[in-house]
Amino acid sequence: MPGPQPVEETKVTSVPAHPGALLLRTSGGEVPDRIFRSAMTVCGLAVLGVLVLIVYELISGSGLSWHAFGFKFFGASDWDPVNVLFGALPFIYGTLVSSLVALVIAVPLAVGVAVFTTEMCPKALRGPLSFFVELLAAIPSVIYGLWAMFVLVPLLSGYIQPFLAKTLGWTGLFEGPPLGLGFLAAGIILAIMIIPIISSITREVLTVVPQHQREGVLALGATRWEMIRVGVLRNARAGIMGGIILGLGRALGETIAVTMVIGNTPQIARSLFAPGYTMASVLANEFSEATGDVYLSALVEIGLALFLVTIIVNALAQLLVWTVTRGQPARGHA
Amino acid sequence: MPELAGSSPARQGVPAISLRRRITDHFMTGVAVLTVVLVLVPLVAIFSYLVYRGVGSINWSFLTQTPKPVGEPGGGMANAIVGSALILGIASVIGVPFGVGAGIYLAEFGRNRFGSAIRFTADVLNGVPSIVIGIVAWAILVRGHGFSALAGGVALAIMMVPTISRTTEEMLLLVPQALREAAYGLGIPQWRTTLSITLRTATSGVITGIMLAFARIAGETAPLLFTTLGNQFWNLRLNQPTAALPLQIYVYANSPYDDWHRQAWAGAFVLIILIVTSVAAVRYAVRRGTFGAA
Repeated sequence: MPGPQPVEETKVTSVPAHPGALLLRTSGGEVPDRIFRSAMTVCGLAVLGVLVLIVYELISGSGLSWHAFGFKFFGASDWDPVNVLFGALPFIYGTLVSSLVALVIAVPLAVGVAVFTTEMCPKALRGPLSFFVELLAAIPSVIYGLWAMFVLVPLLSGYIQPFLAKTLGWTGLFEGPPLGLGFLAAGIILAIMIIPIISSITREVLTVVPQHQREGVLALGATRWEMIRVGVLRNARAGIMGGIILGLGRALGETIAVTMVIGNTPQIARSLFAPGYTMASVLANEFSEATGDVYLSALVEIGLALFLVTIIVNALAQLLVWTVTRGQPARGHA
Repeated sequence: MPELAGSSPARQGVPAISLRRRITDHFMTGVAVLTVVLVLVPLVAIFSYLVYRGVGSINWSFLTQTPKPVGEPGGGMANAIVGSALILGIASVIGVPFGVGAGIYLAEFGRNRFGSAIRFTADVLNGVPSIVIGIVAWAILVRGHGFSALAGGVALAIMMVPTISRTTEEMLLLVPQALREAAYGLGIPQWRTTLSITLRTATSGVITGIMLAFARIAGETAPLLFTTLGNQFWNLRLNQPTAALPLQIYVYANSPYDDWHRQAWAGAFVLIILIVTSVAAVRYAVRRGTFGAA
């Protein structure tokens, strides 16, 4: 078999031949072993330590704002650094709306792609197809933003938004001037960004579904689609849900691409054409220029809220995926 | 697409599938194909537009000069390219040993409750928004000290660790237990076994994980916004504000100047080439790695 040889011959043969020396060597290895074990444990602890550090810094940093506004911080919608009045509602609203738009677009597409690659497509296409979808995950956020600014936004304001306003304007979701920048643009670019993660986890989960499930349903006379629906998708529900929630977590915390196209206006608007603001993008825009302790503290509190929400969302997703794949890490790439 | 259910010889003698079910089956196949097309369209659109604008915008001065003052055409991102290399270097120097170490811990010593806790923490940490990590790096290293390349490197290192540790663990667990036992049987101490035999066997897989983590942080902008800040000039000192390629693209894209937009595309092109090269290298390593470890 090609590839690196597992055992390095020289290392093995360098062990002394007579048993006495061997015993000496073994007992001599105890102290280094303990050092090695401790060093590796320290590395493991560092992972925990980083999380603790994040929590500590965010909580201590947001203290001032918490004392000044309390729970009202999350219900108030003024953002007025001059008069030191801060409320996070418009940002929370913007984060939720843009992420929801993203999910509505991304979930059917991502699940469709995963079903196609695992159940329908010829074997030869499987590898290249998943490679191309993974390639989407490799594009940096800032390049998505750049593309969205110069290609997607003009396309939206010139063609798509006028069309949506004409056909679906009565819903109230698609009205107002077609600016291009806004919730819709942010949602679309987020959708493109989270498709790979949802799709690759769904694919992983679908491959775990036992083959005899498929055979059983087919033997009952099902068509291929009925087999997929009853035998595969129903079995993989929890895992797919995990993938979707993981995608939601990504969308909630995504910063740069969203900041470039959402319009950066702290307002709560019903129409998806309207410009908005998200929790992550207010941090990106204002954090390095914030003057005044309360202002800074309010921004850190937004960071804390964002952190808590993504932690909860991710933990939930992780548990769901773990129940299906039994402890394999759920990452964006297979 | 051949119809699997209806045409197979095994179905002979079974009542025919109703027209409605057959149409639904074909329809859903069509829907699945449509989703694939819809997903590939933005991918192709982004890459082709990036290449189109990037190739047209890149030139010698872009790669060799520092930025010109605001609004003045010309100049380049040479300092940002070097700055990015510096920041990514710092991140790798810190992130790789910790990540691999944590992976070794999880695979060799972490088959217990505490190990599960770390495993879970790493997976959760993987989902923490990069901007939040930027805030923490700011609070620890920038507040009171000033913006620095080091702070940006630390923020990116924090983002590398979860990915590297989980892939390292996975790869070490693929190494057959018999190999470890054989080494112990020869009297080789555990640390030597782990480093020279287990880790060595899994090298290609571990490198894959490192490259994936690298590709992920190479394009990160958010954690650099208030750690390295950016710089119009050359800087190689760790304690000074430093330019970075993604940061420069972001600033130039948001500017009102056409020439800066051009340079943003050129920068994006350079960045994507860097990342796609490392992802392609990963694919190559994975293919070799799975054969080597099996």
